Amino acid sequence: MLNKQELSEIILKMVPEATFPEGTQLTEVIVPAENILALAEGLKNNKETAFDYMISLTAVDFTTNMTVVYHLDSTQFRHMIVLKVVLNDRENPLVDSVSSVWATAEFHEREVFDLFGIRFNNHPNLKRLFLEDDYGFPLRKDFRDEINIIER
Amino acid sequence: MSEEIIKDVIVRESEDYIINMGPQHPSTHGVLRFEVCLKGETVKYLIPHIGYIHRGIEKMCEADTYQQIIHLTDRMDYLSAHINNEAVCMVVEEAMQVEVPERVKYIRTILDELNRIASHQLWWCAFGMDLGALTAFFYGLRDREHILDIFEESFGSRLLHSFNTPGGLMHDVHPNFQKRTKEFITYFRKKLPEYDQLLTGNIIFQERVKGVGYMSREKAIAYGVTGPSGRGSNLACDIRKIAPYGAYDKVQFDEILMTEGDTFARYQVRMGEMLESMKIIEQLVDNIPEGDFTAKMKPIIKLPAGEYFKRVETARGELAVYVVSDGNKTPYRMKFRSPNFSNLFVMNELAAGGKIADLVAISGSLDLVIPDIDR
Repeated sequence: MLNKQELSEIILKMVPEATFPEGTQLTEVIVPAENILALAEGLKNNKETAFDYMISLTAVDFTTNMTVVYHLDSTQFRHMIVLKVVLNDRENPLVDSVSSVWATAEFHEREVFDLFGIRFNNHPNLKRLFLEDDYGFPLRKDFRDEINIIER
Repeated sequence: MSEEIIKDVIVRESEDYIINMGPQHPSTHGVLRFEVCLKGETVKYLIPHIGYIHRGIEKMCEADTYQQIIHLTDRMDYLSAHINNEAVCMVVEEAMQVEVPERVKYIRTILDELNRIASHQLWWCAFGMDLGALTAFFYGLRDREHILDIFEESFGSRLLHSFNTPGGLMHDVHPNFQKRTKEFITYFRKKLPEYDQLLTGNIIFQERVKGVGYMSREKAIAYGVTGPSGRGSNLACDIRKIAPYGAYDKVQFDEILMTEGDTFARYQVRMGEMLESMKIIEQLVDNIPEGDFTAKMKPIIKLPAGEYFKRVETARGELAVYVVSDGNKTPYRMKFRSPNFSNLFVMNELAAGGKIADLVAISGSLDLVIPDIDR
């Protein structure tokens, strides 16, 4: 089990541009979008980190940017890490798919695409999961549903 | 594997036969559709189609206070309603740095385990029914009724309790709670061997589940399969052991692990977990400390700005709650990582190459609850 210091040293070797926000509940890493696939592969295959289990993949719409959030766990060491990718282009958000690293990511990415409209490069089957094709992206903050208004 | 699926779709052969299992199929226990491609009787691939009961719970959460969100989480995995409530309560308590009284922790843990037993009982009887053993259905529901009666006496509802609130419980448990829980344990310890006599040892049942739907440990990890389904593949994924919450650090219990990875292994894990849950309840029920049933909380809960994450073990696997707060009384973003969502998508790996007649056994052994997938 590695602590925050050891984890950040390993990650900085893989991605020198990574930043580590202070005061977070779990160890967090913010990486540029172009590095995420390499970092994901590195974290999974490195014997010291062995992040083989993806707990969840989700996104948050911060209105100024879209942030994709990856929660990872290691079934061997049971340490956790949160990866974040900030996408500044809200109109056309695009990030590399990590479904080649963790199989479950394929479906979490489809969910994120469905609800946020974030597209994933090299995704094997990027189709909407819950909603119809012409529906908007409901978890975006600027989403307005004409029929069912749930604003308070 | 996914790439192979797509190739399969493209080179669909003329003798391939596509059938839709669901959305209204009795063995999916909800509105879920499997698009199954058959070659003769062998399944070539299977694509789950979901979203029939997508209610947008995560979007609704953004307009609700944390006390209101509790009631929405009941409606995800309705068979683990109490455990879902607890997940949201704990994330709020952790964010506000509220220390809940020991009494609350004990009662919550007992209720968690009662909820787990009730859920496994319903799974057991429905699994038997799926495979054509209708008698199992009556045995399971007969015993589950005892737990639901305990719930009804203490919180007035049988399925969706909403009994947890941030900081503690809605009100104290009924004075009969300890007595009736102990009565139930004595009763169910006698009845559980009947389950084994009726179904586990039955040769017809064993022929249908042994060696069917094999899932390797690597596959379970890759697809994020947790809960009894993962533990059937020798994956130690019990959050109660990894990151104990409530009163789980005060009790002795075993994490049931099977190495076979087939449908029967997943069945045995759940049967073993019912025994372990009873062990946990027995250790706690006589030692519930006196005290308040809730910590002091402000009527309007505002989480400090930041991000919070909490995992719990429901009857089906790992439920993780991820909250982004901007300091208001409603969350900025709330994400539920539901166990069934990840468990469902391993179906293609388990079913492909097998016979269509095994499909019901495999989906039954994953114990899917559809509202939890769609949310």
